[in-house]
Amino acid sequence: MDTRRTAKVRNHFHQAKWDEELLFELHKPGERGLVVAPVEPGIAAAVGDGLAALPAGMVRQRPPALPEIGQMRIVKHFMRLSQENLGGDLNIDIGQGTCTVKYNPKVNDVLAGNAKLAQLHPLQDPRTLQGALQVLHTLDLYLREISGMDRFSLQPASGSAAILNMVSIIQAYHKDRGEAGTRDEIITTIFSHPSDAAVAAVKGFKVITLMQNDDGLATVEDLRKAVGPRTAGMLVTNPEDTGIFNPRIAEFVQVVHDAGGICGYDQANANGLLGITRARSAGFDMCFFNLHKTFGTPHGSGGPGSGALGVTGALAGFLPVPLVEHDERGYFLDTDLPKSIGKTRAFYGCVQVALKAYAWIRALGAEGLREVAEVAVLNNNYLLEKIKRIRGASAPFAPGRRRIEQVRYSWEQLFKDTGVTSEDIALRVADFGLHMWASHHPFIVPQPFTIEPTESYSKEELDEYIGVLTQVAEEAYTHPELVQTAPHRSVCHRIKHEDLDDPARWAITWRLFQRKQKVAGLSAARGPLADPSPQGCARQGHRVPEGR
Amino acid sequence: MPIQEGRGHPYIPNAVPAVKAEMLAAIGARSIAELYGDIPESLRYRGTMKIPEAIDSELLLRRHVEGILAANTSCDEATSFLGGGCYNHYVPVICDEIGRRSEFITAYTGRAYEDFGRYQVIWEYQSLMAELLDMDICNVPTYDGFQASCTSLRMAGRYTGRKQVVVPCNISPDRLKAIRNYCEPVLAVETLKADPRSGRMDLTHLQAVLGPATAAVYFENPAYLGFLESQGARIAEMAHDAGALVVVGADPSSLGVLTPPSGYGADLVCGDIQALGNHMSLGGGMGGFIASRDEEKLVMEYPSRLYGITGTVEAGERAFGEVAFERTSLARREHGKEFVGTGAASHAIAACVYLALMGPGGMRDLGLHLLQKAQYLAQRLSALPGVRAPGLKGPFFKEFVVDFNATGLAVAEINQALLRERIFGGKDLSADFPRLGQSALYCVTELVSQEEIDRFIKVLAGILGGK
Repeated sequence: MDTRRTAKVRNHFHQAKWDEELLFELHKPGERGLVVAPVEPGIAAAVGDGLAALPAGMVRQRPPALPEIGQMRIVKHFMRLSQENLGGDLNIDIGQGTCTVKYNPKVNDVLAGNAKLAQLHPLQDPRTLQGALQVLHTLDLYLREISGMDRFSLQPASGSAAILNMVSIIQAYHKDRGEAGTRDEIITTIFSHPSDAAVAAVKGFKVITLMQNDDGLATVEDLRKAVGPRTAGMLVTNPEDTGIFNPRIAEFVQVVHDAGGICGYDQANANGLLGITRARSAGFDMCFFNLHKTFGTPHGSGGPGSGALGVTGALAGFLPVPLVEHDERGYFLDTDLPKSIGKTRAFYGCVQVALKAYAWIRALGAEGLREVAEVAVLNNNYLLEKIKRIRGASAPFAPGRRRIEQVRYSWEQLFKDTGVTSEDIALRVADFGLHMWASHHPFIVPQPFTIEPTESYSKEELDEYIGVLTQVAEEAYTHPELVQTAPHRSVCHRIKHEDLDDPARWAITWRLFQRKQKVAGLSAARGPLADPSPQGCARQGHRVPEGR
Repeated sequence: MPIQEGRGHPYIPNAVPAVKAEMLAAIGARSIAELYGDIPESLRYRGTMKIPEAIDSELLLRRHVEGILAANTSCDEATSFLGGGCYNHYVPVICDEIGRRSEFITAYTGRAYEDFGRYQVIWEYQSLMAELLDMDICNVPTYDGFQASCTSLRMAGRYTGRKQVVVPCNISPDRLKAIRNYCEPVLAVETLKADPRSGRMDLTHLQAVLGPATAAVYFENPAYLGFLESQGARIAEMAHDAGALVVVGADPSSLGVLTPPSGYGADLVCGDIQALGNHMSLGGGMGGFIASRDEEKLVMEYPSRLYGITGTVEAGERAFGEVAFERTSLARREHGKEFVGTGAASHAIAACVYLALMGPGGMRDLGLHLLQKAQYLAQRLSALPGVRAPGLKGPFFKEFVVDFNATGLAVAEINQALLRERIFGGKDLSADFPRLGQSALYCVTELVSQEEIDRFIKVLAGILGGK
């Protein structure tokens, strides 16, 4: 049968715009959203109102100034706000490169909402938790297969939390060997995630950052100069956010090992590598997967996620407690790890996320995981080929080389030709029901944007995205003001960032908003604005890079 | 395998062979293998992962996973007295209805141009929490209350430029582990003695420990062991006199009736939002809040995202964005404040809906309900021979220590016997707090009825009588 699906640019798209009130503006004294069940009369008879037992100073005198709103109006409020959110199910969400926004199977949300999981208390007797523990243990086994590592902990609640665990293990490892104070440097690369550097600093390490060469990669030669008796370890992503795989990664690991350090692999960009190459093959001592990226669990507007952390057998004793074990009596929680770094999150991690990842792996099987990787790479290189041909766009570094599963592109030429920035393009792209993100640190690629298509989107959706970028780029050349004043069809127009950076005007809560509206004339007050000049408003959310 | 047979997979549209061929042609590559040319052969995995065959039918996948979960016994199927940081509170239907909206669940880091709703809801969450806590500022949530307390202490360290934090010895041992790990090697963590009868902080010891190096004094209300730390104002006075900040861990479900920590001098308040409309999910339902006053120096120490309301170029139009983004590691790597990334935002959405539903009256009714029910449980327990409840002298909120030492039975034995009656007894404290001997931490929520408490007492009486 001939295909009927075609790509189109949604020139008639307009996002929902409800002009919805702030929750506090819906306050109407006396309305109720929900009634709390009273205690049974027998209890009230036995203990009274309960307050008498409290010391006077501990009884709240002034009730919290929460709004009072009837139930239906509350539902309407949040339904309207949900409509003002694109999310991955509406968007072709490939423009949040590095974030691996892929399809999150609905069935997995239903499974995680099952009361047999959702209504489990973590301190229940393990005999009442055998199903949940089986899921956690089996997921550990699958992740070992995928990575080649010997043991996983599902305790870290995000990628950055997994990095915290890796850095803590590096610290504990050297302390265990009597080198706690002397090994105080951690090496990373400039295109690895900012948290690799940031977390190392939190744990008191000096951070050494290797810069990229013309191919966008750090070099073994620079690494050799950086290592020494102070080297505690290395944290790197590969491929980095440029999508370029570092073919000498095993040498990197070897150089750090030779210097006495241990190596952690930030696998935030693993989506193109499942079944293709494993962390262990390059010699890594530790690695982690973002289950909310690679393994298909939803990002939840910013969590909860899960940073499943894998280590070699030599480091398993350092993992946070407890680990889920299995013997002839069933599954149990092992807290007896004398060298453990302790706890980094309450209980056992984001179990509902782990369950979704488990279901995702089971739905795909070993062959399916490999297919995920291969199609993600296919999609990415297809986009690369098309985007390079868009007027004003380019893919810096390593010309002619294939990329793994994302690319950091640049609108530098377009900016030079037209004065239109990547930020302008991003805001115009919103007019088509899509998202394009101007990338986080490092700010090395000028006028950047990062695209990561994953395996989830059909060719026609990729073509639609390309069509929008192509059209917007042409607009930049022919009608730059159209792009520079975008968005035109979004929920809101260009945001004034001044209020957000000025301590006198930032309004992080309703109470500050009320207070500062009066004092500083906060511009979000309904009515004429104090300073609506385009210059003031065109300021980018992402700033000029700091000097390094 | 189904995929190799060309049936495709529901999650991978471009697995269709004709589509692959078309895309490869567009790229100018002969095969997908060619796209992996940068990965040396020595790193290529040529084995077969030991992962079972795909269950690509949704029905069969459900049957498989639900079959595994069937081995669990949930709190819905039992009477649970477990607390200790995770609570079986009632989750209103609308929290699930909104909290599971696909538009929110599948969103991530879009800006207000794409994800306006997410910004507004989370800003409203920050605002509702600020009212509940009587603070100016609340963050976009971090992982859990552990991380919130860890970060609060590190914030205090940077704010004061000092190197020591002090915490009570009887906080959750797991939390203490997390704090120790997170502070090492930057801040020294000192533990404070507690009054053995009440559990409250030993102020003489506090006075001895406080000094020019002290960045923060941390305590909780209610405390991990359930008691109220009624000396909050005195502790704050002592800490402030020494130039230290006061960090208080709070249970938001208590704040309809309990004085918020700002009322006795807290500079930073932190804790968990799981109790506010989030399912326990075996501890997965946590989310950490940090709140403070609106002082620039303190706000600039937050590592978290902070959403703010602002205007746009259109007169009178509102929008939202990130406040002082330059603070963060996303902007400044290791020169930012700690680190930020994926936290627990969807739990904030549920908590926002929860607080909107509850309003001031709901939070007060909830607080009173929990107070009354816990007092009733303690009353009934203490009438049993050999049982002392509360085991620590003084007022409590929804949890308290139950002292079984005089019963001659170990908590483990009691809990085993209770489990046979589908009752989850309180957390056994004997290993973590040896000085308490055979004691357990009991918790009630509005989901435990009087009938269940009465049945529990009867069952427990039988266990104690039959020893």
